[in-house]
Amino acid sequence: MSNVDFLLPLLVAVPMLLSTVPIVLGLRFDRTGWSVAALTTTALVAATTALANAVYATGPVSHKLGGWNPAYGIELVLDEFSALIAVLVAVTAAGVLAYTRVGGPRGNTFYSGYLLLTGGLLGISVTGDVFNLFVFLEIVGLATYAMIASGDGPESAVAALKYLILGTVGASMYLIGVGLIFMATGTLNMGVLAEVLPAAVERDPTLVRAGFAFIFVGFSMKVAQWPLHTWQPDAYQHAPDGVTPVIAAVVSTAYAYAFGRLLYSVFGPEFLTSTPYLTELVVTVGCVSVVAGSVLAVIQTDVKRMFAFSSVSQFGLIVAAYGLVTESAFVGATIHLVGHAVIKAGLFAAAGVIAISYDARTVDEYAGLADEHPLVAGMMALLLISLIGIPPSAGFVGKWYIALGAVEAQLWPVAIVVLFSTLMTLAYSARLLEKMYFTPATPLEAPHAPESVATDGGEDGGDTETAAGADAANDGAAGTRGGTETAALDAITANGDRNTVSYGMLALVVAAALLAISLGFAGGFLAGLLDPSFITEVFN
Amino acid sequence: MIELELEILASHYAYSLLFVLLGIGLYMMIANENLVKKLIGVNLFQSAIFLFFIAMAYVDGRAPIIEGKSHSVGEIASPLPQVIVLTAIVVGIALTAVGLALIIRIYAEYGTLREDTLREVRADE
Repeated sequence: MSNVDFLLPLLVAVPMLLSTVPIVLGLRFDRTGWSVAALTTTALVAATTALANAVYATGPVSHKLGGWNPAYGIELVLDEFSALIAVLVAVTAAGVLAYTRVGGPRGNTFYSGYLLLTGGLLGISVTGDVFNLFVFLEIVGLATYAMIASGDGPESAVAALKYLILGTVGASMYLIGVGLIFMATGTLNMGVLAEVLPAAVERDPTLVRAGFAFIFVGFSMKVAQWPLHTWQPDAYQHAPDGVTPVIAAVVSTAYAYAFGRLLYSVFGPEFLTSTPYLTELVVTVGCVSVVAGSVLAVIQTDVKRMFAFSSVSQFGLIVAAYGLVTESAFVGATIHLVGHAVIKAGLFAAAGVIAISYDARTVDEYAGLADEHPLVAGMMALLLISLIGIPPSAGFVGKWYIALGAVEAQLWPVAIVVLFSTLMTLAYSARLLEKMYFTPATPLEAPHAPESVATDGGEDGGDTETAAGADAANDGAAGTRGGTETAALDAITANGDRNTVSYGMLALVVAAALLAISLGFAGGFLAGLLDPSFITEVFN
Repeated sequence: MIELELEILASHYAYSLLFVLLGIGLYMMIANENLVKKLIGVNLFQSAIFLFFIAMAYVDGRAPIIEGKSHSVGEIASPLPQVIVLTAIVVGIALTAVGLALIIRIYAEYGTLREDTLREVRADE
């Protein structure tokens, strides 16, 4: 214990309070939102890092809000598991801002929503109270719906409404589960719950099991497990390009973290293994999602939609790992949570960059990308390789531990599903890689740019700009061979405001790709962070 | 047997009402084509949960006002579920507001509130 615990409530309170600042300043100044968000998220990165340092040096940090007894009041806790997620959330939130500076949705209200989202996500990672978790789930949900709807097209509002209805049902299911658990135990604090639940299970097993069932269904919806995933592809596809990286990277990850926290810290491995058919159900739901998500991803034509289905399958892997209830599987799930978040943030950011600079949104339109934009194509290839799980990359370490856990638990079908998911990931990644590197651009590219200029020349401002952007990109690429990327960049930057690729966007993609690879080498280190104290405490 | 069931129904009628309301809300969300009615279904679904929390905290006795002396368990209603319901109501209102805002935008863009018409309009585009 050290004196950093005062930072815990600030992690949640500061972004939420500051989320009002862009609106207030917006009355006088036009573009202050980004600066406020950047300052706040940078401070949050510093705060979470300081807290994580303290956690890994001296053990969990906790703070009782208002000094209330944790049995009645709300306690904030940061331990070895949640510290990882808190740092991930803060770093992603700060990193994605590099993209939205030029490319993302603008306006001060957007950044208000962004800060609200960040505060909610940090709240999910630090809260030690099951009802408080529900409130943060809903705060994150609300901010996410608003941010998805900030897209330009009308489709985004439909996608957001669909997500709102399904997301609310999911959170409400969780709330019913909390109610049943509260009936059985009379407390909402996670730490106290873990102590009194075994006695409650003995008294009235049906009540606790019913509570678990509601919580499981609620989280299956929130984490997007097949067949409750239907909101996710629409939401990811129609959200603005600058929003998808943060939603895909940390929102689902925070939900999955919360589910893991409830499974292991509240219900505990003993309850999971002693309840008949419970682990089998969780593992089955996860495995079915892996298979269904990968198969659906293979048949998609839209790249963002394909990545969305890929998320369904990757989170299926994590849920299945939770259901295995072995130490290796749990470590694998945690590493895969972090690794997948980094990879997906990079992939969606890269998809956004490509949509702007190359005007490509479907798999077929990616043809010839590597010649035009070698840097983005290269980074995307690296990220796809990490997603497949080719060593040494973040995807490999997570899947390795999960497969190891499946073998330890003697559940061979799960090990086979992990292997199968790798093959299916290869199938849809290879489609993109093949288009980018081996299909020439000519049949699609040649008629593309001139035609759109010729047809809707004077009518539509937005379209002309897009075409002009693509034109400029072509010019740049045709020019110098060595500095293709920068030449194209300069050409576009000089060209106008909306359709530009900034260095910040490229930096985000490059940073995500490099992080995805280096996390592969750091896999053992990540496992070491969890291993000594947290794992022993949970599993013994 | 029937007497026992009737007794359970008489003492636990709030819980049966909860599941009836949950079912109606869920059915409205799934089956109703009108987007506003879908949102009303979500609200009904949430109200059922509020009712559940209040029913669970009910005891024959006094309101949770503690005047310094200690009370035995079961004498006074637990204030925690009521606080929870208050918070959940606030969350529900925020959700309804966001949902209605989205519906207004959908109506402005597509000129319809019905999901089947919306599907046709989107398929045409």
